[in-house]
Amino acid sequence: MTTDTATTDTAPADPATRPVTASPGSRRPSPRRRFLRHVLLCAVGVVMMYPLLWMISSSLKPSNTVFTDESLWPSTWDLGNYARGWTSLAEPFSLYLVNSLVIVTLSILGNLLSCSLAAYAFARLRFRGRTVFFALMLGTMMLPGHVLVVPQYVLFDRLGWLNTYYPLLVPHFLATNGFYIFLMVQFMRSLPDELDDAARIDGCGPFRTFWKIIMPLCLPAFATTAIFTFIAVWNEFFGPLLYLTDPDLYTVPLALRQFMDSEGQSQWGEMFAMSFVSLAPVIGFFIAGQKYLVKGIATTGLR
Amino acid sequence: MTTVRARRQDNAGYLFLLPWFAGILFTVGPFLASLYLAFTDYDLLTAPRWAGLDNFRAMLHDDKLHQSLQVTIVYTVISVPLSLAVALGVAMLLDRGVRGLAIYRSIYYLPSLLGGSVAIVMLWRYIFGYQGIVNHFLAWFGIQGPGWNSDPRFALSTLILLHVWTFGAPMVIFLAGLRQIPAMYYEAAAMDGASPWRQFRSITVPLLSPIIFFNLIQSLIASFQTFTQGYVISNGTGGPAESTLFYNLYLYQKGFAEFDMGYASSMAWLLLIIIAGFTAINFLAARYWVFYDN
Repeated sequence: MTTDTATTDTAPADPATRPVTASPGSRRPSPRRRFLRHVLLCAVGVVMMYPLLWMISSSLKPSNTVFTDESLWPSTWDLGNYARGWTSLAEPFSLYLVNSLVIVTLSILGNLLSCSLAAYAFARLRFRGRTVFFALMLGTMMLPGHVLVVPQYVLFDRLGWLNTYYPLLVPHFLATNGFYIFLMVQFMRSLPDELDDAARIDGCGPFRTFWKIIMPLCLPAFATTAIFTFIAVWNEFFGPLLYLTDPDLYTVPLALRQFMDSEGQSQWGEMFAMSFVSLAPVIGFFIAGQKYLVKGIATTGLR
Repeated sequence: MTTVRARRQDNAGYLFLLPWFAGILFTVGPFLASLYLAFTDYDLLTAPRWAGLDNFRAMLHDDKLHQSLQVTIVYTVISVPLSLAVALGVAMLLDRGVRGLAIYRSIYYLPSLLGGSVAIVMLWRYIFGYQGIVNHFLAWFGIQGPGWNSDPRFALSTLILLHVWTFGAPMVIFLAGLRQIPAMYYEAAAMDGASPWRQFRSITVPLLSPIIFFNLIQSLIASFQTFTQGYVISNGTGGPAESTLFYNLYLYQKGFAEFDMGYASSMAWLLLIIIAGFTAINFLAARYWVFYDN
Protein backbone atom coordinates (compact mmCIF):
# COMPACT_ATOMS: atom_id res chain seq x y z
CA MET A 1 0.00 0.00 0.00
CA THR A 2 2.68 2.49 0.95
CA THR A 3 5.05 1.53 -1.80
CA ASP A 4 2.35 2.22 -4.37
CA THR A 5 1.85 5.71 -3.05
CA ALA A 6 5.56 6.27 -3.11
CA THR A 7 5.88 5.35 -6.78
CA THR A 8 2.96 7.47 -7.92
CA ASP A 9 4.34 10.29 -5.83
CA THR A 10 7.75 10.27 -7.41
CA ALA A 11 6.85 9.45 -10.99
CA PRO A 12 6.18 12.88 -12.55
CA ALA A 13 9.21 15.10 -12.90
CA ASP A 14 7.46 18.33 -12.04
CA PRO A 15 6.09 18.20 -8.49
CA ALA A 16 3.59 20.95 -9.22
CA THR A 17 1.70 18.75 -11.66
CA ARG A 18 1.61 15.77 -9.36
CA PRO A 19 -1.62 16.35 -7.43
CA VAL A 20 -3.48 16.86 -10.68
CA THR A 21 -2.23 13.78 -12.46
CA ALA A 22 -2.35 11.58 -9.40
CA SER A 23 -5.99 12.38 -8.73
CA PRO A 24 -9.18 11.81 -10.66
CA GLY A 25 -9.50 15.51 -11.41
CA SER A 26 -7.41 15.54 -14.54
CA ARG A 27 -10.36 17.22 -16.16
CA ARG A 28 -9.67 20.23 -14.06
CA PRO A 29 -12.87 21.74 -12.67
CA SER A 30 -13.82 25.21 -13.81
CA PRO A 31 -12.71 28.18 -11.67
CA ARG A 32 -16.26 28.64 -10.44
CA ARG A 33 -16.52 25.06 -9.27
CA ARG A 34 -13.13 25.25 -7.67
CA PHE A 35 -14.22 28.36 -5.80
CA LEU A 36 -17.43 26.69 -4.65
CA ARG A 37 -15.43 23.72 -3.48
CA HIS A 38 -13.24 25.94 -1.35
CA VAL A 39 -16.33 27.61 0.12
CA LEU A 40 -17.68 24.19 1.02
CA LEU A 41 -14.38 22.99 2.46
CA CYS A 42 -14.01 26.16 4.51
CA ALA A 43 -17.56 25.80 5.82
CA VAL A 44 -16.78 22.26 6.95
CA GLY A 45 -13.58 23.55 8.51
CA VAL A 46 -15.46 26.19 10.48
CA VAL A 47 -17.92 23.62 11.80
CA MET A 48 -15.03 21.35 12.77
CA MET A 49 -13.08 24.05 14.55
CA TYR A 50 -15.94 25.96 16.12
CA PRO A 51 -16.31 23.77 19.23
CA LEU A 52 -12.62 24.10 19.98
CA LEU A 53 -12.59 27.84 19.38
CA TRP A 54 -15.65 28.21 21.58
CA MET A 55 -13.90 26.29 24.32
CA ILE A 56 -10.84 28.53 24.14
CA SER A 57 -12.96 31.64 23.98
CA SER A 58 -15.06 30.49 26.96
CA SER A 59 -11.92 29.83 28.95
CA LEU A 60 -11.11 33.53 28.62
CA LYS A 61 -14.52 34.86 29.65
CA PRO A 62 -15.85 35.44 33.15
CA SER A 63 -17.93 32.38 34.08
CA ASN A 64 -21.19 34.31 34.23
CA THR A 65 -20.85 35.50 30.63
CA VAL A 66 -19.89 32.15 29.08
CA PHE A 67 -23.46 31.46 27.98
CA THR A 68 -24.58 35.04 27.41
CA ASP A 69 -21.65 36.47 25.48
CA GLU A 70 -22.14 34.87 22.07
CA SER A 71 -19.12 36.37 20.37
CA LEU A 72 -15.98 34.27 20.05
CA TRP A 73 -13.98 37.36 20.90
CA PRO A 74 -14.68 37.90 24.62
CA SER A 75 -16.23 41.30 25.38
CA THR A 76 -14.77 41.07 28.86
CA TRP A 77 -11.63 39.08 29.47
CA ASP A 78 -10.92 36.96 32.48
CA LEU A 79 -7.49 35.39 32.31
CA GLY A 80 -7.86 34.52 35.99
CA ASN A 81 -9.79 31.39 34.94
CA TYR A 82 -6.49 29.66 34.33
CA ALA A 83 -5.05 30.60 37.71
CA ARG A 84 -8.23 29.75 39.61
CA GLY A 85 -8.90 26.57 37.64
CA TRP A 86 -5.37 25.42 38.39
CA THR A 87 -6.12 25.34 42.12
CA SER A 88 -9.86 24.75 42.22
CA LEU A 89 -9.72 20.94 42.41
CA ALA A 90 -8.58 18.78 45.31
CA GLU A 91 -4.96 19.05 44.20
CA PRO A 92 -3.20 21.64 42.03
CA PHE A 93 -3.62 20.88 38.37
CA SER A 94 0.13 20.56 37.94
CA LEU A 95 0.03 17.36 39.99
CA TYR A 96 -2.44 15.78 37.56
CA LEU A 97 -0.36 16.93 34.63
CA VAL A 98 2.75 15.36 36.16
CA ASN A 99 0.86 12.14 36.91
CA SER A 100 -0.33 11.93 33.32
CA LEU A 101 3.10 12.78 32.02
CA VAL A 102 4.76 10.04 34.08
CA ILE A 103 2.27 7.45 32.86
CA VAL A 104 2.52 8.59 29.26
CA THR A 105 6.33 8.67 29.23
CA LEU A 106 6.67 5.22 30.74
CA SER A 107 3.98 3.82 28.45
CA ILE A 108 5.80 5.12 25.40
CA LEU A 109 9.06 3.68 26.64
CA GLY A 110 7.43 0.34 27.38
CA ASN A 111 5.70 0.14 24.01
CA LEU A 112 8.83 1.03 22.09
CA LEU A 113 10.99 -1.49 23.91
CA SER A 114 8.66 -4.46 24.14
CA CYS A 115 6.97 -4.07 20.77
CA SER A 116 10.23 -3.57 18.89
CA LEU A 117 11.71 -6.70 20.46
CA ALA A 118 8.66 -8.74 19.46
CA ALA A 119 8.55 -7.14 16.03
CA TYR A 120 12.19 -7.95 15.38
CA ALA A 121 11.58 -11.60 16.20
CA PHE A 122 8.53 -11.77 13.94
CA ALA A 123 10.04 -9.80 11.10
CA ARG A 124 13.62 -10.97 10.89
CA LEU A 125 14.31 -14.11 12.90
CA ARG A 126 13.42 -17.67 12.02
CA PHE A 127 12.33 -19.93 14.81
CA ARG A 128 9.90 -22.73 15.36
CA GLY A 129 6.33 -21.62 16.01
CA ARG A 130 6.82 -18.19 14.49
CA THR A 131 3.80 -18.31 12.22
CA VAL A 132 1.60 -19.65 15.01
CA PHE A 133 2.69 -16.93 17.40
CA PHE A 134 2.29 -14.30 14.72
CA ALA A 135 -1.26 -15.48 14.06
CA LEU A 136 -1.94 -15.38 17.79
CA MET A 137 -0.62 -11.83 17.90
CA LEU A 138 -2.92 -10.81 15.06
CA GLY A 139 -5.75 -12.49 16.94
CA THR A 140 -5.14 -10.45 20.07
CA MET A 141 -5.29 -7.33 17.90
CA MET A 142 -8.89 -8.12 17.08
CA LEU A 143 -9.83 -8.99 20.64
CA PRO A 144 -12.26 -6.37 21.93
CA GLY A 145 -10.79 -5.00 25.14
CA HIS A 146 -14.07 -5.09 27.06
CA VAL A 147 -13.93 -8.88 27.37
CA LEU A 148 -10.69 -8.65 29.31
CA VAL A 149 -11.74 -5.99 31.78
CA VAL A 150 -13.24 -8.07 34.56
CA PRO A 151 -10.55 -10.78 34.81
CA GLN A 152 -7.81 -8.18 34.45
CA TYR A 153 -9.32 -6.28 37.34
CA VAL A 154 -9.43 -9.47 39.42
CA LEU A 155 -5.85 -10.25 38.48
CA PHE A 156 -4.59 -6.79 39.38
CA ASP A 157 -6.54 -6.95 42.61
CA ARG A 158 -4.84 -10.24 43.49
CA LEU A 159 -1.46 -8.74 42.70
CA GLY A 160 -2.26 -5.86 45.03
CA TRP A 161 -1.98 -3.39 42.16
CA LEU A 162 -5.26 -1.55 42.64
CA ASN A 163 -4.76 2.13 43.24
CA THR A 164 -1.28 2.03 41.73
CA TYR A 165 0.00 2.79 38.24
CA TYR A 166 1.03 -0.81 37.58
CA PRO A 167 -2.21 -1.87 35.85
CA LEU A 168 -1.81 1.09 33.50
CA LEU A 169 1.91 0.63 32.88
CA VAL A 170 2.92 -3.04 33.03
CA PRO A 171 0.86 -4.15 29.99
CA HIS A 172 2.74 -1.59 27.90
CA PHE A 173 6.03 -3.21 28.85
CA LEU A 174 4.73 -6.61 27.79
CA ALA A 175 3.89 -5.83 24.18
CA THR A 176 0.16 -6.27 24.68
CA ASN A 177 -0.75 -3.83 21.92
CA GLY A 178 -0.55 -5.81 18.71
CA PHE A 179 -1.10 -2.75 16.54
CA TYR A 180 2.31 -1.35 17.36
CA ILE A 181 4.00 -4.72 16.86
CA PHE A 182 2.26 -5.01 13.52
CA LEU A 183 3.31 -1.51 12.51
CA MET A 184 6.94 -2.25 13.36
CA VAL A 185 6.87 -5.67 11.70
CA GLN A 186 5.68 -4.04 8.49
CA PHE A 187 8.42 -1.47 8.74
CA MET A 188 11.21 -3.94 9.56
CA ARG A 189 10.20 -6.22 6.70
CA SER A 190 10.77 -3.36 4.30
CA LEU A 191 14.46 -3.16 5.31
CA PRO A 192 16.84 -5.18 3.10
CA ASP A 193 17.86 -8.65 4.36
CA GLU A 194 21.46 -7.94 3.44
CA LEU A 195 21.73 -5.76 6.53
CA ASP A 196 21.38 -8.77 8.83
CA ASP A 197 23.64 -10.91 6.66
CA ALA A 198 26.37 -8.30 6.65
CA ALA A 199 26.07 -7.83 10.39
CA ARG A 200 26.30 -11.58 10.94
CA ILE A 201 29.38 -11.90 8.77
CA ASP A 202 30.93 -9.11 10.82
CA GLY A 203 30.24 -11.21 13.91
CA CYS A 204 27.13 -9.53 15.29
CA GLY A 205 24.68 -11.71 17.18
CA PRO A 206 20.94 -11.07 16.91
CA PHE A 207 20.99 -8.64 19.81
CA ARG A 208 23.77 -6.45 18.46
CA THR A 209 22.15 -6.55 15.02
CA PHE A 210 18.86 -5.48 16.53
CA TRP A 211 20.33 -2.77 18.70
CA LYS A 212 22.95 -1.35 16.34
CA ILE A 213 21.49 -1.90 12.89
CA ILE A 214 17.73 -2.31 12.96
CA MET A 215 16.72 -0.02 15.83
CA PRO A 216 18.31 3.13 14.36
CA LEU A 217 16.65 2.47 11.01
CA CYS A 218 13.23 2.09 12.61
CA LEU A 219 13.04 5.60 13.99
CA PRO A 220 10.10 6.61 11.76
CA ALA A 221 8.06 3.64 12.98
CA PHE A 222 9.07 4.46 16.55
CA ALA A 223 7.97 8.04 16.10
CA THR A 224 4.56 6.88 14.89
CA THR A 225 4.25 4.48 17.81
CA ALA A 226 5.29 7.14 20.29
CA ILE A 227 2.80 9.68 19.02
CA PHE A 228 -0.10 7.25 18.94
CA THR A 229 0.76 5.97 22.39
CA PHE A 230 0.98 9.51 23.67
CA ILE A 231 -2.44 10.47 22.40
CA ALA A 232 -4.14 7.22 23.41
CA VAL A 233 -2.70 7.16 26.92
CA TRP A 234 -3.10 10.88 27.52
CA ASN A 235 -6.81 10.66 26.68
CA GLU A 236 -7.42 7.33 28.37
CA PHE A 237 -10.28 7.46 30.79
CA PHE A 238 -11.53 3.95 31.45
CA GLY A 239 -8.33 2.45 32.86
CA PRO A 240 -7.58 5.26 35.33
CA LEU A 241 -11.26 5.39 36.31
CA LEU A 242 -11.15 1.71 37.12
CA TYR A 243 -7.82 1.47 38.87
CA LEU A 244 -7.14 4.82 40.52
CA THR A 245 -9.21 5.83 43.54
CA ASP A 246 -6.77 8.03 45.42
CA PRO A 247 -7.11 11.62 44.11
CA ASP A 248 -3.35 12.11 44.49
CA LEU A 249 -2.88 9.57 41.70
CA TYR A 250 -5.50 11.00 39.33
CA THR A 251 -4.61 11.61 35.73
CA VAL A 252 -5.78 14.69 33.85
CA PRO A 253 -9.02 13.19 32.46
CA LEU A 254 -10.06 11.95 35.90
CA ALA A 255 -9.27 15.33 37.40
CA LEU A 256 -11.26 17.18 34.75
CA ARG A 257 -14.28 15.05 35.42
CA GLN A 258 -14.40 16.44 38.94
CA PHE A 259 -15.52 19.76 37.50
CA MET A 260 -18.82 18.11 36.68
CA ASP A 261 -19.41 17.20 40.30
CA SER A 262 -19.04 20.82 41.35
CA GLU A 263 -21.27 22.02 38.54
CA GLY A 264 -23.63 23.81 40.88
CA GLN A 265 -20.98 26.40 41.55
CA SER A 266 -20.90 27.17 37.81
CA GLN A 267 -17.16 27.62 37.43
CA TRP A 268 -17.50 27.26 33.69
CA GLY A 269 -14.66 29.56 32.77
CA GLU A 270 -12.28 27.60 34.97
CA MET A 271 -13.55 24.30 33.67
CA PHE A 272 -12.98 25.29 30.05
CA ALA A 273 -9.59 26.74 30.93
CA MET A 274 -8.44 23.42 32.37
CA SER A 275 -10.10 21.53 29.53
CA PHE A 276 -7.99 23.50 27.12
CA VAL A 277 -4.89 22.86 29.22
CA SER A 278 -5.68 19.14 29.01
CA LEU A 279 -6.00 19.22 25.22
CA ALA A 280 -3.04 21.48 24.51
CA PRO A 281 -0.38 18.71 24.67
CA VAL A 282 -2.37 16.58 22.21
CA ILE A 283 -2.72 19.52 19.86
CA GLY A 284 1.00 20.22 20.25
CA PHE A 285 1.95 16.64 19.49
CA PHE A 286 -0.40 16.68 16.54
CA ILE A 287 1.24 19.74 15.06
CA ALA A 288 4.75 18.39 15.69
CA GLY A 289 4.11 14.85 14.57
CA GLN A 290 1.51 15.22 11.85
CA LYS A 291 3.67 13.58 9.23
CA TYR A 292 4.01 10.39 11.25
CA LEU A 293 0.37 10.36 12.26
CA VAL A 294 -0.96 10.63 8.75
CA LYS A 295 1.47 8.00 7.53
CA GLY A 296 0.69 5.76 10.47
CA ILE A 297 -3.04 5.70 9.99
CA ALA A 298 -2.75 5.39 6.26
CA THR A 299 -0.63 2.25 6.59
CA THR A 300 -2.19 0.50 9.59
CA GLY A 301 -5.59 2.04 10.00
CA LEU A 302 -4.82 3.03 13.58
CA ARG A 303 -6.91 5.74 15.09
CA MET B 1 26.38 -26.42 11.62
CA THR B 2 23.05 -25.28 10.25
CA THR B 3 21.17 -27.01 13.04
CA VAL B 4 23.30 -25.25 15.61
CA ARG B 5 22.61 -21.95 14.00
CA ALA B 6 18.93 -22.80 13.68
CA ARG B 7 18.76 -23.62 17.36
CA ARG B 8 20.58 -20.41 18.18
CA GLN B 9 18.03 -18.53 16.11
CA ASP B 10 15.23 -20.42 17.85
CA ASN B 11 16.53 -19.32 21.21
CA ALA B 12 17.08 -15.77 20.09
CA GLY B 13 13.55 -15.62 18.72
CA TYR B 14 12.04 -16.83 21.98
CA LEU B 15 14.22 -14.45 23.93
CA PHE B 16 13.05 -11.49 21.87
CA LEU B 17 9.48 -12.62 22.37
CA LEU B 18 9.87 -12.99 26.12
CA PRO B 19 7.98 -9.79 27.03
CA TRP B 20 5.27 -10.71 24.56
CA PHE B 21 4.93 -14.21 26.05
CA ALA B 22 4.52 -12.61 29.46
CA GLY B 23 2.00 -10.21 27.96
CA ILE B 24 -0.18 -13.14 26.93
CA LEU B 25 -0.88 -13.58 30.62
CA PHE B 26 -2.60 -10.22 30.51
CA THR B 27 -4.55 -10.80 27.30
CA VAL B 28 -5.20 -14.42 26.42
CA GLY B 29 -5.31 -15.41 30.08
CA PRO B 30 -8.07 -12.95 31.01
CA PHE B 31 -9.87 -13.82 27.78
CA LEU B 32 -10.23 -17.44 28.87
CA ALA B 33 -10.90 -16.47 32.47
CA SER B 34 -13.78 -14.25 31.45
CA LEU B 35 -15.40 -17.15 29.62
CA TYR B 36 -15.28 -19.11 32.86
CA LEU B 37 -16.52 -16.22 34.99
CA ALA B 38 -19.45 -15.74 32.65
CA PHE B 39 -20.91 -18.95 34.06
CA THR B 40 -20.32 -18.07 37.68
CA ASP B 41 -21.66 -15.92 40.44
CA TYR B 42 -18.75 -13.81 41.61
CA ASP B 43 -18.44 -10.72 43.79
CA LEU B 44 -14.65 -10.50 44.09
CA LEU B 45 -14.75 -11.19 47.83
CA THR B 46 -15.81 -14.84 47.88
CA ALA B 47 -14.66 -17.45 45.40
CA PRO B 48 -16.60 -17.72 42.12
CA ARG B 49 -19.56 -20.09 42.40
CA TRP B 50 -20.60 -22.09 39.32
CA ALA B 51 -23.99 -20.81 38.22
CA GLY B 52 -24.44 -22.50 34.87
CA LEU B 53 -26.60 -20.42 32.58
CA ASP B 54 -28.10 -18.33 35.38
CA ASN B 55 -26.45 -15.11 34.24
CA PHE B 56 -27.64 -15.56 30.70
CA ARG B 57 -31.14 -16.37 31.89
CA ALA B 58 -31.16 -13.25 34.03
CA MET B 59 -30.11 -11.22 31.00
CA LEU B 60 -33.32 -12.19 29.25
CA HIS B 61 -35.33 -10.30 31.86
CA ASP B 62 -32.98 -7.38 32.43
CA ASP B 63 -34.73 -4.33 30.97
CA LYS B 64 -31.73 -2.11 31.56
CA LEU B 65 -29.60 -4.52 29.58
CA HIS B 66 -32.05 -4.43 26.70
CA GLN B 67 -32.09 -0.65 26.85
CA SER B 68 -28.29 -0.51 26.81
CA LEU B 69 -28.18 -2.87 23.85
CA GLN B 70 -30.65 -0.71 22.01
CA VAL B 71 -28.70 2.47 22.74
CA THR B 72 -25.47 0.90 21.56
CA ILE B 73 -26.92 -0.63 18.41
CA VAL B 74 -28.81 2.54 17.42
CA TYR B 75 -25.68 4.58 18.02
CA THR B 76 -23.53 2.22 15.98
CA VAL B 77 -25.92 1.68 13.11
CA ILE B 78 -26.42 5.42 12.63
CA SER B 79 -23.08 6.94 13.52
CA VAL B 80 -20.76 4.50 11.76
CA PRO B 81 -22.23 4.74 8.23
CA LEU B 82 -22.87 8.45 8.67
CA SER B 83 -19.31 9.31 9.64
CA LEU B 84 -17.86 7.05 6.95
CA ALA B 85 -20.07 8.71 4.35
CA VAL B 86 -18.91 12.14 5.47
CA ALA B 87 -15.31 10.93 5.53
CA LEU B 88 -15.57 9.60 1.98
CA GLY B 89 -17.36 12.68 0.69
CA VAL B 90 -14.81 15.06 2.14
CA ALA B 91 -11.91 12.87 1.03
CA MET B 92 -13.23 13.02 -2.55
CA LEU B 93 -13.58 16.78 -2.38
CA LEU B 94 -10.01 16.99 -1.14
CA ASP B 95 -8.58 14.54 -3.63
CA ARG B 96 -8.92 16.58 -6.77
CA GLY B 97 -5.78 18.64 -6.51
CA VAL B 98 -7.10 21.10 -4.00
CA ARG B 99 -4.87 23.97 -3.06
CA GLY B 100 -4.20 23.96 0.68
CA LEU B 101 -4.87 20.24 1.00
CA ALA B 102 -2.50 19.90 3.97
CA ILE B 103 -4.28 22.63 5.92
CA TYR B 104 -7.75 21.24 5.28
CA ARG B 105 -6.58 17.76 6.14
CA SER B 106 -5.10 18.91 9.45
CA ILE B 107 -8.23 20.81 10.42
CA TYR B 108 -10.48 17.87 9.66
CA TYR B 109 -8.19 15.33 11.24
CA LEU B 110 -7.46 17.05 14.56
CA PRO B 111 -10.94 16.43 16.08
CA SER B 112 -10.55 12.68 15.65
CA LEU B 113 -7.63 12.80 18.09
CA LEU B 114 -9.65 14.72 20.64
CA GLY B 115 -13.12 13.18 20.27
CA GLY B 116 -12.62 10.52 22.92
CA SER B 117 -11.25 12.89 25.55
CA VAL B 118 -13.11 13.88 28.67
CA ALA B 119 -12.59 17.55 27.85
CA ILE B 120 -14.43 17.30 24.54
CA VAL B 121 -17.35 15.26 25.85
CA MET B 122 -17.74 17.79 28.66
CA LEU B 123 -17.63 20.53 26.07
CA TRP B 124 -20.37 18.73 24.15
CA ARG B 125 -22.53 18.84 27.26
CA TYR B 126 -22.42 22.61 27.19
CA ILE B 127 -22.57 23.13 23.46
CA PHE B 128 -25.80 21.16 23.37
CA GLY B 129 -27.04 22.32 26.75
CA TYR B 130 -30.17 24.40 27.18
CA GLN B 131 -28.14 27.61 27.11
CA GLY B 132 -25.55 26.19 24.73
CA ILE B 133 -24.33 27.67 21.49
CA VAL B 134 -26.52 25.38 19.40
CA ASN B 135 -29.60 26.90 20.95
CA HIS B 136 -28.14 30.39 20.61
CA PHE B 137 -27.69 29.69 16.94
CA LEU B 138 -31.23 28.34 16.60
CA ALA B 139 -32.57 31.41 18.40
CA TRP B 140 -31.46 33.55 15.44
CA PHE B 141 -34.12 31.71 13.48
CA GLY B 142 -36.65 32.11 16.22
CA ILE B 143 -36.41 28.50 17.33
CA GLN B 144 -36.20 27.69 21.02
CA GLY B 145 -34.27 24.42 21.16
CA PRO B 146 -34.54 22.01 24.07
CA GLY B 147 -31.67 21.08 26.37
CA TRP B 148 -30.43 18.51 23.88
CA ASN B 149 -28.49 16.53 26.46
CA SER B 150 -31.20 16.55 29.09
CA ASP B 151 -33.95 15.40 26.74
CA PRO B 152 -34.01 11.60 26.40
CA ARG B 153 -35.21 11.97 22.83
CA PHE B 154 -32.11 13.86 21.70
CA ALA B 155 -29.29 13.00 24.11
CA LEU B 156 -27.98 10.12 22.01
CA SER B 157 -28.08 12.18 18.80
CA THR B 158 -25.65 14.68 20.25
CA LEU B 159 -23.20 11.82 20.78
CA ILE B 160 -23.82 10.61 17.24
CA LEU B 161 -22.85 14.08 16.07
CA LEU B 162 -19.75 13.87 18.22
CA HIS B 163 -18.87 10.64 16.44
CA VAL B 164 -19.39 12.25 13.05
CA TRP B 165 -17.18 15.14 14.19
CA THR B 166 -14.30 12.64 14.35
CA PHE B 167 -14.57 11.60 10.70
CA GLY B 168 -10.98 12.72 10.09
CA ALA B 169 -9.27 9.41 10.80
CA PRO B 170 -11.17 7.37 8.18
CA MET B 171 -10.92 10.36 5.86
CA VAL B 172 -7.11 10.20 5.91
CA ILE B 173 -7.28 6.50 5.10
CA PHE B 174 -9.69 7.18 2.23
CA LEU B 175 -7.42 9.91 0.91
CA ALA B 176 -4.51 7.49 0.80
CA GLY B 177 -6.72 5.01 -1.06
CA LEU B 178 -8.06 7.53 -3.57
CA ARG B 179 -4.50 8.50 -4.42
CA GLN B 180 -3.91 5.02 -5.76
CA ILE B 181 -6.74 4.99 -8.27
CA PRO B 182 -5.12 5.71 -11.62
CA ALA B 183 -6.39 8.93 -13.17
CA MET B 184 -6.68 7.28 -16.56
CA TYR B 185 -9.69 5.26 -15.39
CA TYR B 186 -11.57 8.49 -14.91
CA GLU B 187 -10.25 9.94 -18.15
CA ALA B 188 -11.39 6.92 -20.09
CA ALA B 189 -14.78 6.93 -18.39
CA ALA B 190 -15.23 10.64 -19.04
CA MET B 191 -14.36 10.14 -22.68
CA ASP B 192 -17.04 7.47 -22.89
CA GLY B 193 -19.47 10.01 -21.46
CA ALA B 194 -19.85 8.63 -17.96
CA SER B 195 -21.43 11.13 -15.56
CA PRO B 196 -19.60 11.97 -12.28
CA TRP B 197 -22.14 9.87 -10.38
CA ARG B 198 -21.57 6.97 -12.72
CA GLN B 199 -17.81 7.35 -12.30
CA PHE B 200 -18.27 7.34 -8.55
CA ARG B 201 -20.40 4.20 -8.68
CA SER B 202 -18.31 2.29 -11.20
CA ILE B 203 -14.75 3.39 -10.46
CA THR B 204 -14.37 4.99 -7.05
CA VAL B 205 -16.57 2.68 -4.98
CA PRO B 206 -15.32 -0.64 -6.37
CA LEU B 207 -11.66 0.35 -6.25
CA LEU B 208 -11.97 1.83 -2.80
CA SER B 209 -14.23 -0.91 -1.46
CA PRO B 210 -11.54 -2.87 0.42
CA ILE B 211 -10.63 0.30 2.28
CA ILE B 212 -14.25 1.21 2.94
CA PHE B 213 -14.78 -2.28 4.24
CA PHE B 214 -11.74 -2.12 6.48
CA ASN B 215 -12.91 1.20 7.93
CA LEU B 216 -16.40 -0.15 8.40
CA ILE B 217 -15.24 -3.14 10.42
CA GLN B 218 -12.87 -1.05 12.51
CA SER B 219 -15.44 1.62 13.33
CA LEU B 220 -18.08 -0.98 14.04
CA ILE B 221 -15.98 -2.79 16.61
CA ALA B 222 -14.86 0.45 18.26
CA SER B 223 -18.35 1.88 18.30
CA PHE B 224 -19.86 -1.13 20.05
CA GLN B 225 -17.40 -0.54 22.86
CA THR B 226 -18.16 3.14 23.40
CA PHE B 227 -17.82 4.07 27.04
CA THR B 228 -16.31 7.48 27.81
CA GLN B 229 -18.87 9.44 25.81
CA GLY B 230 -21.82 7.93 27.66
CA TYR B 231 -20.11 8.11 31.01
CA VAL B 232 -19.04 11.73 30.80
CA ILE B 233 -22.12 13.15 29.11
CA SER B 234 -24.34 11.66 31.83
CA ASN B 235 -21.82 11.88 34.68
CA GLY B 236 -21.81 8.10 34.98
CA THR B 237 -25.55 7.48 35.12
CA GLY B 238 -26.35 6.81 31.47
CA GLY B 239 -29.22 9.26 31.76
CA PRO B 240 -31.45 11.07 31.05
CA ALA B 241 -33.87 8.16 31.27
CA GLU B 242 -31.09 5.73 30.32
CA SER B 243 -30.88 7.29 26.88
CA THR B 244 -27.06 7.29 26.91
CA LEU B 245 -26.67 4.02 28.80
CA PHE B 246 -24.13 2.42 26.49
CA TYR B 247 -23.62 -1.29 26.87
CA ASN B 248 -20.15 -0.94 28.29
CA LEU B 249 -21.34 1.72 30.70
CA TYR B 250 -23.93 -0.69 32.04
CA LEU B 251 -21.30 -3.43 32.15
CA TYR B 252 -19.13 -1.09 34.19
CA GLN B 253 -21.99 -0.33 36.58
CA LYS B 254 -22.73 -4.02 37.01
CA GLY B 255 -19.14 -5.12 37.41
CA PHE B 256 -17.53 -2.27 39.28
CA ALA B 257 -20.33 -0.53 41.14
CA GLU B 258 -22.42 -3.59 42.07
CA PHE B 259 -19.43 -5.98 41.86
CA ASP B 260 -21.57 -8.52 40.09
CA MET B 261 -18.57 -9.75 38.15
CA GLY B 262 -20.05 -12.98 36.90
CA TYR B 263 -22.90 -11.08 35.31
CA ALA B 264 -20.52 -8.47 33.90
CA SER B 265 -18.46 -11.26 32.31
CA SER B 266 -21.47 -12.84 30.69
CA MET B 267 -22.44 -9.39 29.42
CA ALA B 268 -18.97 -9.03 27.95
CA TRP B 269 -19.38 -12.32 26.12
CA LEU B 270 -22.81 -11.40 24.83
CA LEU B 271 -21.32 -8.23 23.37
CA LEU B 272 -18.43 -10.19 21.93
CA ILE B 273 -20.90 -12.51 20.21
CA ILE B 274 -22.90 -9.56 18.91
CA ILE B 275 -19.76 -7.88 17.57
CA ALA B 276 -18.69 -11.15 15.97
CA GLY B 277 -22.16 -11.49 14.46
CA PHE B 278 -22.15 -8.00 12.98
CA THR B 279 -18.65 -8.57 11.66
CA ALA B 280 -19.60 -11.91 10.14
CA ILE B 281 -22.65 -10.41 8.44
CA ASN B 282 -20.43 -7.73 6.98
CA PHE B 283 -17.92 -10.27 5.76
CA LEU B 284 -20.70 -12.20 4.06
CA ALA B 285 -22.18 -9.07 2.54
CA ALA B 286 -18.70 -8.02 1.43
CA ARG B 287 -18.79 -10.69 -1.26
CA TYR B 288 -21.34 -8.62 -3.10
CA TRP B 289 -19.70 -5.25 -2.97
CA VAL B 290 -16.05 -5.48 -1.98
CA PHE B 291 -13.80 -5.81 -4.96
CA TYR B 292 -10.26 -7.13 -4.70
CA ASP B 293 -8.05 -6.18 -7.61
CA ASN B 294 -5.63 -9.11 -7.61
